[in-house]
Amino acid sequence: MSAMTDTGHADAHHGPAKGLMRWVLTTNHKDIGSMYLWFSFFMFLAGGFMAMVIRAELFEPGMQIVEPEFYNQMLTMHGLIMVFGAVMPAFTGLANWMIPMMVGAPDMALPRMNNWSFWILPFAFALMMSTLFMEGGGPNFGWTAYAPLSTDYGPKSTTFFIFAIHMMGISSIMGAINIIATILNLRAPGMTLMKMPLFVWTWLITAYLLIAVMPVLAGAVTMMLMDIHFGTSFFNAGGGGDPVLYQHVFWFFGHPEVYIMILPAFGIVSAIIPAFARKPLFGYTSMVYATASIAFLSFIVWAHHMFTVGIPVTGELFFMYATMLIAVPTGVKVFNWITTMFRGAMTFETPMLFSLAFVVLFTLGGFSGLMLAIAPADFQYHDTYFVVAHFHYVLVSGAVFAIIAGVYYWLPKWTGHMYDETLAKTHFWLSFIGMNLTFFPMHFLGLAGMPRRIPDYALQFTDFNMIASAGGFLFGTTQLLFLFVVIKCVICGKKAAAKPWEGADGLEWSVPSPAPYHTFSTPPDVK
Amino acid sequence: MAGESSYYVPAQSKWPIIASIGLFLTVVGAGIMMNDMSAGVKDSTGHWVLFAGGLIMAYMLFGWFGNVIQESRSGLYSEQMDRSFRWGMFWFIFSEVMFFAAFFGTLFYVRHFSVPWIGGEGAGEMTHMLLWPEFISHWPLMKNPDNTSFQGASGVIDPFHLPLLNTLLLVASSVTATIAHHALKNNERTKVKLWLVATLILGFAFLFFQAEEYIEAYDNLGLTLASGIYGSTFFILTGFHGAHVTLGAIMLTIMLVRVMKGHFTPEKHFAYEAASWYWHFVDVVWIGLFVFVYLV
Amino acid sequence: MKHSVRILAGLMGLGSAMSQADWGLNMTRGVTSVSEDVYGLHMAIFWVCVIIGVIVFGVMFWSIIMHRKSRGVKPATFHESTLVEILWTTIPFLILVGMAIPATKTLIHMYDADDSDIDIKVTGHQWKWEYEYLGEGVSFFSNLSTPLEQIYNVRRKNPNYLLEVDEPLVVPTGKKIRFLITAGDVIHSWWVPALAVKKDAIPGFINEAWTIIDKPGIYRGQCAELCGRNHAFMPIVLDVRSEEDYASWLGEKREEAKAIRALTARDWSYDELYDRGKGVYNKVCAQCHQANGMGIPGAFPALKGTPMTTKKDQLTAHVDIVVNGKKGTAMQAFGPQLNEADLAAVITYERNAWGNNTGQMVKPVDILQYKKTGQLPQTGDQAK
Ligand code: HEA
Ligand code: HEA
Ligand code: HEC
Ligand code: CUA
Ligand SMILES: [Cu+2]
Repeated sequence: MSAMTDTGHADAHHGPAKGLMRWVLTTNHKDIGSMYLWFSFFMFLAGGFMAMVIRAELFEPGMQIVEPEFYNQMLTMHGLIMVFGAVMPAFTGLANWMIPMMVGAPDMALPRMNNWSFWILPFAFALMMSTLFMEGGGPNFGWTAYAPLSTDYGPKSTTFFIFAIHMMGISSIMGAINIIATILNLRAPGMTLMKMPLFVWTWLITAYLLIAVMPVLAGAVTMMLMDIHFGTSFFNAGGGGDPVLYQHVFWFFGHPEVYIMILPAFGIVSAIIPAFARKPLFGYTSMVYATASIAFLSFIVWAHHMFTVGIPVTGELFFMYATMLIAVPTGVKVFNWITTMFRGAMTFETPMLFSLAFVVLFTLGGFSGLMLAIAPADFQYHDTYFVVAHFHYVLVSGAVFAIIAGVYYWLPKWTGHMYDETLAKTHFWLSFIGMNLTFFPMHFLGLAGMPRRIPDYALQFTDFNMIASAGGFLFGTTQLLFLFVVIKCVICGKKAAAKPWEGADGLEWSVPSPAPYHTFSTPPDVK
Repeated sequence: MAGESSYYVPAQSKWPIIASIGLFLTVVGAGIMMNDMSAGVKDSTGHWVLFAGGLIMAYMLFGWFGNVIQESRSGLYSEQMDRSFRWGMFWFIFSEVMFFAAFFGTLFYVRHFSVPWIGGEGAGEMTHMLLWPEFISHWPLMKNPDNTSFQGASGVIDPFHLPLLNTLLLVASSVTATIAHHALKNNERTKVKLWLVATLILGFAFLFFQAEEYIEAYDNLGLTLASGIYGSTFFILTGFHGAHVTLGAIMLTIMLVRVMKGHFTPEKHFAYEAASWYWHFVDVVWIGLFVFVYLV
Repeated sequence: MKHSVRILAGLMGLGSAMSQADWGLNMTRGVTSVSEDVYGLHMAIFWVCVIIGVIVFGVMFWSIIMHRKSRGVKPATFHESTLVEILWTTIPFLILVGMAIPATKTLIHMYDADDSDIDIKVTGHQWKWEYEYLGEGVSFFSNLSTPLEQIYNVRRKNPNYLLEVDEPLVVPTGKKIRFLITAGDVIHSWWVPALAVKKDAIPGFINEAWTIIDKPGIYRGQCAELCGRNHAFMPIVLDVRSEEDYASWLGEKREEAKAIRALTARDWSYDELYDRGKGVYNKVCAQCHQANGMGIPGAFPALKGTPMTTKKDQLTAHVDIVVNGKKGTAMQAFGPQLNEADLAAVITYERNAWGNNTGQMVKPVDILQYKKTGQLPQTGDQAK
């Protein structure tokens, strides 16, 4: 393949433009990927800060530092920011950086739209955060925004919350379309579908989930908007509607959404574990099929979030069975990772440590998920801290740990420098301890009967809340260490080789570190 | 599969950031306007913000698409690029389908679950007995459970008048759009223009009658957004459909202008195809509407 | 001290967790056969997970310990085996089928609310529960009784802090009780762990749940769906009594209703009304409008110094919003919730407290007339 990438402008083959405008106007997938990652990190700090407010208020029974209405705003913003601002953009950032390099493409398929997908986000979040300062306060109905608390009883700022969600939806859909087009159309010759790294596969499937469900979320909040301002009665029985209808539409989006936040994580650890076990990934094909089955099943389980709303018993049973089924393909993934390690030759650098923690802790979170799926038992678990424990295990030690693992793994490729291994390992151990200290006791709290979304609680819940809060502060402060490690790596890390990990495999390691501004202007040949 | 010729990666572009600002102003303006409207505030500043946002968006669209057209005409785009655009447009339309699916799902839910339940069917026995003893379940829903807050409509739209006409118009326009497309492939440019104009006439006629129907609904039938779930679902489905027809018609108009200017070749006319895909999509949605909103 | 012991117990893990029966570390077993079944399901799935976990993590830690590079091992190269893939797809599937069977049975049982002996309509309001004994002519509201001073850490907290109410729901043992659950404003959720009953209260719809309790006692629960500002402050207390005790309680409640009707007819002085009104206000209205009448800007309007509570000619409007509420806002209709004496008292209080010195008072009989005719008697404007 001799053809060259025609970049149209004479200067395009040089490095990046200078100054601030480089970032504003860029169409380069690496620049955009970096912006996504930094943005996501700041959102993680902002959302984490709100979590700290929550944990501080919950340290003891009684109202101490915030009023209930502000607590509810913090809770809502925390959920929204972590989901839409931290985890999703982090994955999109990784996709931007890595997918073109992994499939041997010159850039993303639609580079200008790529830039737009990113730049919508700061505006969307500025709009959403500004609601906190509006009259009547920001959204206070939880990230799920159930009607009619969010419609007839919502604060005025709900209107802006809705539009912010619309903007995030537009951004995600365009991002997903771009990823699909890149993967399906820009692979290097010889890079057949079944040769693609799993990260690419999981992202391809995630992208499909995104374009299928983000519009549904848009539909749900649009109906909310209509009920608030235009007198419709979608979620009002007085006009023939139903508040529960909102929940159906929301969770039709919401459940696939949680897999949107975990499938790329599966991809990341599927790259890291073989690299540090020095053994090829076990069961590649079954991994691909398992991912696809999880994605398919995710569309038919949504009502497991609504076991207590009073759906007829046949519906209840259907959703219970379908939900339980998801454990099967997910189990296949877990077993494959473990068999990959089996009889390998393992070393335990930081990316591997985070990946191992991911496997264990995500599985724990999956187990509690499976318990939640048993409808009669969910009558006791639902809306308690047991659910909070479940989803922080899959989200924090799942999604977030995988993102951190990915960052350590690819940092040498991005920056051309190695990070400080000792500091990074410290970061890992403190995170690991802090995370478990925060969220493990929540299982007990939930089983003992502590409802979620409350700023104050009965006395018997005190001890475990204290442990959780202490753990939360530990975990939170530790993330500042992460920031430090990354900055140190960028500024004064040791020079990294093109392939710093002995067992790593994939096209991204065939280019120098740091990866040149334009990679694969000539498509590489994949055997 | 990659490999042939070259892939065009523009160096920098100012359009995305302009688009972001435009979008931001648009939604902020719309938000202020709606909040003021509901609070009864006159002379909302929201209009101005919305207007500014709209202008920026329009400027952006012209500029951005202008750029793309220019690049395309100067031969920068390979066939692979063309395929990227196709994937992009196709999945964009799919996302639109899902947007409508949310509303069709809503219609399905209220008709098969919430309204019958309130009327005492199935799981709704006690709901009916204790909360809405007077309510009778039927569709279209004319008398709402709480008919003072949500004044039901006095009549429904007869599917065999305007809606049927509109169905014929849109289906016909899909046919004419296809004829025009084939003409373009055969390089019969006069024919393209002719059939494209026909498509547009049909499209705008559809919009005209749709507006007529809304006026009829509001003025004579008391069928409004606020007349309960029947009005709510009716207007959200037909309303978003109408908005999409408008968008499609604008796209086709632009294609007509471009054909007049001599753009497109029998082999390369992706923009044209995209617009016609979109047109077929709104047509298909309409068929769904006609069946589920008007007929059954 | 006690804290640290509990913390230790917690850290020692689930083993010790199992031994603690009540509100400790594990799910409550409850006092009904259904809650017993649910507990059984919970424990079964828990042990399934533990066993799978031990196997899976066992293999993993084995590999971590034995197959690491520092021991000089050579990595194997195998990466596929259709047989094991099939095995670890089918075995979990069969385990799940095994779980689904008892779960299905329990669920179907839980949904069978037919043939009840007692029907109680449970309505969630921001932020209290209303109980109506259908066919008995008895209904009342159940409010949090923990005082604000305890919540704001001014006083020591009661043992049942946040789990106590002014009037518990009283039910008999041994009867099938059907709860008909709904809401007046937003979604709430009625949850008593000891019964394993949790059902959302959806405005405009009725959800059904049922229970048969054999053991008398006090059982506590909480609202389990975010319902606004005071979601944490709407507990449920269930007082389960023997059948005879229940019957006599029901008789007392009927007597009470009569006494309240007498209150309306009685003549009231301004001071009596003001004092009673202060009590009602602080209990019912202060949650939103705050004890000082300042409300919460943007959410709940101030009642101090606003036209409605200070202008003499707005008396009717004032009575109207309190009795009928305002649709689609958190301001609910208090007409059906409070008796005439309380309504008259609270309105009188609001028109004279915090410097709202209108000097006007409203009598219970006036409210009664307003409720019937929609108009206040022309005499109006009774000065104090
Ligand atoms: C990344 C996000 C993520 C992921 C991956 C999951 C995964 C799963 N979740 Fe979770 N979930 C959330 C995020 C996530 N969830 C969130 C955010 C909420 C709360 C939303 C809100 O209300 O705010 C929630 C809530 C939630 C509920 C509702 C609880 C309630 O509100 O009452 C339920 C109920 O069924 C559930 C189930 C499951 C199941 C069965 C899985 C499965 O996919 C797990 C499968 C994995 C395993 C089972 C482990 C590995 C498998 C094996 C080792 C094989 C062998 C195992 C067996 C046969 C047992 N989840
Ligand atoms: C990916 C998603 C994600 C992530 C990463 C997190 C991270 C954390 N979350 Fe959670 N959380 C959700 C998603 C997430 N969360 C969702 C969806 C809900 C439900 C919301 C709802 O009910 O609507 C929720 C709800 C939720 C609750 C329940 C509140 C309630 O129901 O009343 C709690 C309570 O402890 C909590 C705590 C935490 C903590 C301590 C962290 C920590 O991991 C955060 C750690 C990070 C930092 C702290 C930031 C870095 C450090 C600094 C900024 C420096 C300052 C540090 C200090 C002052 C110590 N979260
Ligand atoms: C759950 C919250 C809540 C409770 C409890 C509540 N109110 Fe209100 N109240 C409101 C809200 C919200 C409004 C504003 C309604 C509107 O939008 O006009 C309001 C409005 C009012 C007004 C009209 C104020 C004005 O200037 O328009 C009066 C008077 C009033 N309430 C009295 C009472 C009394 C008396 C009680 C107790 C018996 C009470 N409220 C309990 C939420 C509450
Ligand atoms: Cu009522 Cu929460
Ligand atoms: Cu789910």
